[in-house]
Amino acid sequence: MDNETQANKSSVLLEIRALRIDGMRDDRWHEIVKGIDLTLHRGEVLGLIGESGAGKSTLGIAAMGYVKPGCRFSGGSIHFDGIDMLAASEAKKQALRGVRIAYVAQSAAASFNPAHRLIDQFAETPIQHQQCNKAEAYADAKDLYGKLQMPDPEQIGFRYPHQVSGGQLQRAMTAMAMSCRPDLIIFDEPTTALDVTTQIEVLMTMKDIVEKFNTAAIYITHDLAVVAQMADRIMVLRHGELVEEAPTCTMLSAPQQDYTKSLWAVRSFTKTRLAENTDEQAIISVKNVTAGYGMLDILHEINFDLHRGQTVSVVGESGSGKSTTARVITGLLPPRIGEVLFQGQALPKDYRQRSKDQLRQVQMIYQMADTAINPRQRIRDIIGRPLAFYLGMNPKQCEARTRELLDMIELKPDQFIDRFPSELSGGQKQRVCIARALAAEPSCIICDEVTSALDQLVAEGILRLLDRLQRELNLAYMFITHDLATVKAISDEVVVMLKGRIVEQGSKDTIFSPPHHEYTEKLLSSVPQMDPDWMRNLVAQRSPQH
Amino acid sequence: MKLDSPTNLSTHTAVIRPSKLNLALRELWKAPLSAKLGIIIVLAYVFVALFAPWLTPYGESEIVGGPFELWSEKYLLGTDNLGRDMFTRLLYGARNTIGIALITTLLAFFIGGITGILAAILGGWADQIMSRVVDVLMAIPSLIFSLLLLTIFGTSIPVLIVIIAVLDSTRVFRLARAVSLNVVVMDYVEAARLRGEGLAWITLREVLPNIMPPLVAEFGLRFCFVFLTIAALSFLGLGIQPPTADWGSMVRDNATLISYGDVTPLLPAGAIALLTVGVNFIVDWFLQKTSGLKDGQ
Repeated sequence: MDNETQANKSSVLLEIRALRIDGMRDDRWHEIVKGIDLTLHRGEVLGLIGESGAGKSTLGIAAMGYVKPGCRFSGGSIHFDGIDMLAASEAKKQALRGVRIAYVAQSAAASFNPAHRLIDQFAETPIQHQQCNKAEAYADAKDLYGKLQMPDPEQIGFRYPHQVSGGQLQRAMTAMAMSCRPDLIIFDEPTTALDVTTQIEVLMTMKDIVEKFNTAAIYITHDLAVVAQMADRIMVLRHGELVEEAPTCTMLSAPQQDYTKSLWAVRSFTKTRLAENTDEQAIISVKNVTAGYGMLDILHEINFDLHRGQTVSVVGESGSGKSTTARVITGLLPPRIGEVLFQGQALPKDYRQRSKDQLRQVQMIYQMADTAINPRQRIRDIIGRPLAFYLGMNPKQCEARTRELLDMIELKPDQFIDRFPSELSGGQKQRVCIARALAAEPSCIICDEVTSALDQLVAEGILRLLDRLQRELNLAYMFITHDLATVKAISDEVVVMLKGRIVEQGSKDTIFSPPHHEYTEKLLSSVPQMDPDWMRNLVAQRSPQH
Repeated sequence: MKLDSPTNLSTHTAVIRPSKLNLALRELWKAPLSAKLGIIIVLAYVFVALFAPWLTPYGESEIVGGPFELWSEKYLLGTDNLGRDMFTRLLYGARNTIGIALITTLLAFFIGGITGILAAILGGWADQIMSRVVDVLMAIPSLIFSLLLLTIFGTSIPVLIVIIAVLDSTRVFRLARAVSLNVVVMDYVEAARLRGEGLAWITLREVLPNIMPPLVAEFGLRFCFVFLTIAALSFLGLGIQPPTADWGSMVRDNATLISYGDVTPLLPAGAIALLTVGVNFIVDWFLQKTSGLKDGQ
């Protein structure tokens, strides 16, 4: 091992050789990382990408000499700056973690202790490792908050985690990781939970601070466009093995392996057919709806129509009222003013007053398939219930129809009908949710961020499935999303929302071609592009306005 | 460092699924020693309770000799203050005490569980009313309250069961409501509501299966408490009435012997203690298993 410690960019900081990690499943050890080599130089940013289950997080955490409970190292070596991390004592590794190697988790909200102020959590590590006293740590925190462009850096640290927004929290976490000026930071999907406009701000500041302190970083994500902005070099992982490794520019312009190409190709999916704008009666019309919780109005004068065989995408950042609109349509939130029409007939405002048939016509698919299906029911019960409930089928008919539906969503009936949800992958669960919605034979389905919790390849599969079903069954979709790539792929009509109001609506072509509304412009320009210089250019473009 | 992000181990399992019995047996085999011991103790009690008439040499309230005879081959554990065989009464006592405790606990869980889940689902006024009623019931010390009620309604076994069950159901209500609150906010419950499902379906099919682990664990604990309450009430003379044998009143009836250094009156108390320990071993094991499962979800 080389023991050079000078901060020269070419010296190796982290060297992983033929690393193998096992995970315990069904009382047996399964290999989840299968002999991966990784070399990271000082000041270099390495992107790790792959689908979930590819072993990228496991590999990232392993750099700290740590495996999650239920996993073990079974071979290979990890050397961090000459220190053998597998042989080092727990105390020695403890002394490195947080000081020389830091970790930024995906969900900052879950990683902060809600009972302590941000700045105290920032100061915890440096004080514990006796790097500085409290006053110095506070001063440093304020300085870093400023560098990360958090609003009011002097005061924001004295807030509690729930008092700042998601993007700010993620930046506070980055500041915390920086507190001891580590040599290596591991970013584990740090922007996945954020919407596009926030994501770009966080990415910018992260990239900036990593460059400023010449820190090496491992950036784990499943979003190619994001990794293109951050990383100098990219490694593509699949099933615990390395698929391809290359500098970012090479990787983007000339991927070698088929799997990498397929990842790149995902974004090229577009709806095969553009439905002609029918002038027949709308399935659902939202008329002049104003609604909110208590005295506070969240939605203001919302108007739009859903037609058979068409998809209306509702776009906006979080808090713009997209999901609230869905709640008004389903009747969970009765509107204060306005009404929802179903084929020209007003629907009762509260779902409890709607007839079984009215309820059947509008079905919902949720963002988190995990919580949308009951973990204690088998697939046959989950899909079979609407059949028995709405259509009055007997158990035999239910089973036959459930099998048909499973075929429709491309899951093998014999294999899946008796499984519990915990025995399915994320994408399969979402397919079951689709089948449950279809079972009711609705005319309209509301899809609430259905693909945002899924990997790109899986998400694309779901989009293709939804598109096929729409053509076959002539369904109307209301597609709620913050991902503009999805909007481009699937919609006929687009509704852009901001702070509870519709700022722009029209056919996809109208919305996506200039002139844009100012906010639509901002949304569109915030979508990460597969160009490594995109972020830099955008920042340069936007900065005069700030 | 924060390393507690959820594990990303995918959860595909083999398609071939072992039968439920097989799984249960395998689970049992892997159980810690304490849990196995607990299971053996409880099974022994159940066996004794079921087969008491065949295991005992005399009748339940048959007077077979003089009062307070010593341990001998004829009277295995001696006789009590009226000359009834202690061993016989100890075995019959298992039957009465455990049987009544079991029925009472089941009733308490039925009342408390259903109302607790309903309170969580309905929310608003219904929840407020139910919760405040429970608060009032819990504000009165339960032993004194049950003594009071037993004096008013008289001491018969059905009255005893209902009173203890209602008082104990308040605790079950609080637990069931608290854990249900976490479940009713899930999307699948919302999906069921939007489907137009009735209260019964949501309570029994959507919520109940998901709160079973904590309820079952609580069942083990509650069973012990009920058991002790009955024994305490019997000791005070307001529980199970003579000549029916039960462990609480057996301690009281023979308490005089303690002054002579005889351990016999403590045997029923020991029987209570042993069962309590056994049940808790099993409950601990169950709690550990279910909390472990929760992390994986």
